[in-house]
Amino acid sequence: MLLLPALLFFVVFALVPLVGAVALSLAHWDGVGAVSWAGLGNWRSVLADPVTGNALLLSLRIMVFSWLVQTPVSLMLGVFTAGHQRYRELLAVLYFLPLLLSSAAVAIAFKAILDPNFGVGSAFHLPILIQDWLGDPQLVLYVVVFVIAWQFVPFHTLLYQAGARQIPASLYEASTLDGAGRIQQFRYITLPQLRNTIVTSSTLMVVGSLTYFDVVFVLTGGGPGYATRLLPLDMYLTGFTSNQMGPASVLAVILVVIGLGLAFVLTKFTGFARMTSDQEGA
Amino acid sequence: MAHRSLRLALAASVVAVLGLTAACGSSGPSALGTASAGGSKGADASVWVMSGVTEDVFNNSFASWNKAHADETFTTESFANDAYKQKIKTAIGAKTAPTLIYGWGGGTLQTYIDAGSVADLSDLASDPALKGRFLPSTAKVGVVDGKTYAVPNNGVKPVMIYYNKDVFAKIGAKPPATWDDLMALVPKFLDAGIAPFTVAGQAQWTLLPYLAYLIDRIGGPQVMANIVANKANAWSDPAVAQATRMIQQLVDAGGFVKGFASISTDGGADIALLYSGKAAMSLGLPSTYQTIDTANPEFISQNKLGFAPFPAVKAGTGDPEDLTGNPSNYWSISASGTPAQQKAARDYIKSDLLDASYVDDLLKIGNVPPVAGIEAKINASSAPEYYMTVYNMVKAAPSFQLSLDQALSPAAGQALLTNLQQVFLKQIKPQQFVDSMNATIGK
Repeated sequence: MLLLPALLFFVVFALVPLVGAVALSLAHWDGVGAVSWAGLGNWRSVLADPVTGNALLLSLRIMVFSWLVQTPVSLMLGVFTAGHQRYRELLAVLYFLPLLLSSAAVAIAFKAILDPNFGVGSAFHLPILIQDWLGDPQLVLYVVVFVIAWQFVPFHTLLYQAGARQIPASLYEASTLDGAGRIQQFRYITLPQLRNTIVTSSTLMVVGSLTYFDVVFVLTGGGPGYATRLLPLDMYLTGFTSNQMGPASVLAVILVVIGLGLAFVLTKFTGFARMTSDQEGA
Repeated sequence: MAHRSLRLALAASVVAVLGLTAACGSSGPSALGTASAGGSKGADASVWVMSGVTEDVFNNSFASWNKAHADETFTTESFANDAYKQKIKTAIGAKTAPTLIYGWGGGTLQTYIDAGSVADLSDLASDPALKGRFLPSTAKVGVVDGKTYAVPNNGVKPVMIYYNKDVFAKIGAKPPATWDDLMALVPKFLDAGIAPFTVAGQAQWTLLPYLAYLIDRIGGPQVMANIVANKANAWSDPAVAQATRMIQQLVDAGGFVKGFASISTDGGADIALLYSGKAAMSLGLPSTYQTIDTANPEFISQNKLGFAPFPAVKAGTGDPEDLTGNPSNYWSISASGTPAQQKAARDYIKSDLLDASYVDDLLKIGNVPPVAGIEAKINASSAPEYYMTVYNMVKAAPSFQLSLDQALSPAAGQALLTNLQQVFLKQIKPQQFVDSMNATIGK
């Protein structure tokens, strides 16, 4: 019975909007006037639109690149900050700083830093940093991946730090007696022991990357052209700037289906669902 | 025990549901009553205004109205530009819009008219008290199919070329009178290490005036009129393809500052290039002047800032006096307001909109009012030369094209911004631009 409030919240906040989106995806609505039936017309036009395919591909690329960049960096930082080196705590504070900033602040700051005339490149006379960072359609996606990594690596570092702290010291002591070096310890003790943390962090990254919106919206607005118009951004711009709520709802439903599918696959095949403790006595 | 927890759970869920509905109910506009003094038991009309430089002008006008009309008071609430655009759309859809709706005309106004959300003000516009008060080219934006739905409430904002007189003197040049002059100036500026044009290309809308002006200079205002009227294949007019070709020629020649597509309007980085002498020209709204006036007032006081109309195009049929930009902002009256509220709004428009003190307030913050016969006031203002240039331009303009993203339907406007940026980045060819824009007609 105690499930009831949770169930109600789920129905009101998840199911009702979802059904609403599915219904709207079958209708014409500009957000102001009357709603009229569209049948599958919105679905046909959205699926035939090259912008949709481009947005899907971009979201996929962002997902893969983000995972490839963020996982090793946060793994290393997390293991490092879990250790006992000198100055570690001071450095850890610096690493976690981005976590305190709002997405909009991060994006606005990077916009200023990356400005080709008044940004960090010209301030310090570093020609290598004076690039058309946000204006070059080939370059901008990697800039976005970098800024997102800058923003989210601290969070995942925190996960890995907690995970690494849980590894019993006795394992390292035993391996030292067996003559293992630091790299061997990392490879044969730390990594396997962090398996569950890697799964958790990766799931959050992959599913989370589907909803990257705020940073990209403020940083590039989806541009230049369609170069960073990710799926969530495409949905927002279609719905709230172009006033086409029907096609935007189609994109929203696609987003939900992909998100659910990914979450399902990840929990099913990574062992997320039957995660057990690796610790002694557990 | 079991019963107890059941009751608790039920109570909790009821509270939760009530809380939700209450939250939904209060997410709508809540009148904070900033301007209205207490005891407003009359019409209780409401208005949302834009925060920023013009906020005080609106607040002053409504405050003095409220003082004199205790039975027809307005409550005012201010919003930032982007937040307002989101909120007003939702409010109009939900029929909870404020009595006076602030707008830009164009495609969005058309949406409101189609939905029956705004009242027909034709009788008001032809009222002797109001007729002839506004400059014709600005009043025209509020007229759709012969009926008036919106009246001007803010300064005129034509786009023109702002230039740095010092760097023009350095290469011994005059502001370009024709497009050929302009193209001839480009290599001279580049040789002197100066970028011909600065533009905040990341913002997209900053690129629109180039297209709008070139289309107008080449083919006259009828080309855009056909597009706005949703005529089939209206973008196929040869003037459109030629305009985009000329834009790409200017890009190829190095006409825009390096990395222009990375420059955002935040902090006025684009304009800073103009007054710091790194760029020679900027094609912009009057906010260019206001930005410089705030960031580097000496540049203006030492007479280094020049301004000129957009150049003519040889063999083009458009009048070189035609303008593009934002003719003004507008008030419409919400059709969902009560009769008493609508009457209050009409009475306000008839007597206080853009009256003498309103005009003074606008001029004080550097906005040139769209009001006929205010030459004496402009001559007595802080920057008579600049304001008079703007005023005369608007007065003389045979056509004043509303910014294209506003003039078109929201969907077409959005597609135009993206496609035009791709033209500037040379990601698409003129014909691809024409094709993708033709596909947006009627959307």
